[in-house]
Amino acid sequence: MLTYTIRRLLISIPTLLFISLVIFLLLELAPGDPMAQVPLTVPDEVKQKMREALGLGQPIHIRFGLWIWQFFVVEPLHLLDIILGTGFAEGQQRVISWQTRSPVMDIVAQRIPQTLWVVGVAYVVAVIIAVPIGVYSAYRQYSLFDQAGTFVTMIGFSVPPFFSGVLVIVIFSVQLGWFPSIYDTTHKVVDWDSFVVQLQQMVMPVMVLALQITSQISRFMRASMLDNLNQDYVRTARAKGMTERVVVTLHVLRNSMIPVVTIIALGIPSIFGGAIITEQVFKVNGIGQLLITAIQANDLPMVQTLTFIFAVLIVLFNLIADILYGILDPRIRYD
Amino acid sequence: MTDQSAAPEHQVVRPPRSQWWDVWDQFKKHSGALFGMIVFVTILLGVFIGPWIYHADAQFVPTGRDFIALKDTRPIYNAIWDSGAKVNWAHPLGTDQLGRDTLARLMMGGQVSIAVGLAAMGLSLLLGTAIGVLAGYFKRLDGPLMRLTDLFLALPLLPLLLVAVLLFREPLAATFGPEGGVFVLIVTLVGITSWMQTARIVRGDVLALKEREFVLAARSIGTPNRRLVMRHILPNVLSPIMVSATLGIATAIITESALSFLGFGFPPDFPTWGRLLFDSVDRMVLYPERVIWPGLLISLTVLSVNYIGDGLRDALDPRIRGR
Repeated sequence: MLTYTIRRLLISIPTLLFISLVIFLLLELAPGDPMAQVPLTVPDEVKQKMREALGLGQPIHIRFGLWIWQFFVVEPLHLLDIILGTGFAEGQQRVISWQTRSPVMDIVAQRIPQTLWVVGVAYVVAVIIAVPIGVYSAYRQYSLFDQAGTFVTMIGFSVPPFFSGVLVIVIFSVQLGWFPSIYDTTHKVVDWDSFVVQLQQMVMPVMVLALQITSQISRFMRASMLDNLNQDYVRTARAKGMTERVVVTLHVLRNSMIPVVTIIALGIPSIFGGAIITEQVFKVNGIGQLLITAIQANDLPMVQTLTFIFAVLIVLFNLIADILYGILDPRIRYD
Repeated sequence: MTDQSAAPEHQVVRPPRSQWWDVWDQFKKHSGALFGMIVFVTILLGVFIGPWIYHADAQFVPTGRDFIALKDTRPIYNAIWDSGAKVNWAHPLGTDQLGRDTLARLMMGGQVSIAVGLAAMGLSLLLGTAIGVLAGYFKRLDGPLMRLTDLFLALPLLPLLLVAVLLFREPLAATFGPEGGVFVLIVTLVGITSWMQTARIVRGDVLALKEREFVLAARSIGTPNRRLVMRHILPNVLSPIMVSATLGIATAIITESALSFLGFGFPPDFPTWGRLLFDSVDRMVLYPERVIWPGLLISLTVLSVNYIGDGLRDALDPRIRGR
């Protein structure tokens, strides 16, 4: 298992390098000039100097190497400095945003808690809802509950978040006035009342995201339960005189969770993609919204870094899912 | 040939049926799929035949006094509960803030959305099938092509799509015109970012088929590779391809709408359903119908296509068929 993990880790390095190269080359084609906002009265040679100060004068491979170096060495060192109070990254050039002229990672660090808060809660809520629904609809296959569950999950698949989000805003915030339509990220939780306000503003984005995740996970849960319910060991467990409750929750559920856990791990990065739209609908200023504004403002270092963070998340969670699968299911041997 | 002695037998022996009639029989049993088919065909008819019946120019902007009279009218059903609502029987679903007819715009948007969905699905199927067959059939290509598939699966697609739209919109618009350029761009982008699942499924099936006796028999009589793939392999992987085709339409429509919703899609005077939704979000408090209709149509289309895919999967599986 350990050798497999190490091998997978080593494979993911060229994968990430290739992805970073694709992202870099794609952005290299981008039209747009970081000096476009500089007033026309500034002479051309000064603009040229400013471009070179941003590192734009060098050939492509030098800039790519520099960016990789900054992303993988300087930024982690900087993080280490902040945590430990040391000075490893002192004087090293960091990835600078063209929009704000401040380090990209500082802005990302400001934005990521909002995204994680909404996305994380949505994911937990979705899993908590999805697992019991999947279990029960498999246990009572073709019952009314199962049919209704299938229909609801189909709707969850089919209704895109930019419609479900807008729809719940129209219903719950405009017509009924229960929840605010905008997620206020400056709101601080200090006492019970402000906690209630925080809960109220989180309900809608979390439920919109959770609807999608729930429908996927509960489908998998149901299919996986159905596979296991007809196995011989279930009949044995029943024949031993165990109660249905023990059979289902202890024997079947534990075995059915194996593929579902990997699906849950695999789904985490794609949720960040889905969160881009949800953040846009509810005006959450998380990293999705940061990406959209950076693309619109032609802030290439920011776009590059954010896209690459998404790629790292995907590769990382693929790895985690594979390893989890091996740990949870002893029948699976990779070597 | 209908003599007396053959008559009783005539009731037992059925006329020979093609495989597709069996598939259709099984498909009809799946009520959700049948319902989805009806809804999808209705939407298709409404969107493509509708403009022949309902004559209204989606891009006509009234001017002068007409503009004041015609802009921001509500759907006619609003008059049921609000007698003061500004309705106009010539515009059943109302007009937008420029006085353009909403129903006509919905039809036009639907044509574009569905055309994008179908074209992108075609491209992604073509790529996915080609790569899947090549990887499954030729052992030497298997490794590199599957690594490529894994790499594509590891790409963060939505951010890359947004970036790519921004990059290539201008050059393509110069070549194909503003609408055609965006159409080509979005179809290509959605096509080349959604073939991976099809390729994986097709490769798996081809790997299994390659070992079967009929392939060996065909090979032993000297069938060249090209004809072996076209005549013997491809018809046998048709059913997973058809299922992923339906799912492909759904993904393509959703991706296109998402891009339009984020403001990276079609221009506003050439709307798709996603663009109509995006344009109306700012006024959704006063005119919720402008948001709800396009959104409802996107959701219904995708829902019906998903149900058709579900039914097809069952109908094309010979182990389930006939039960």
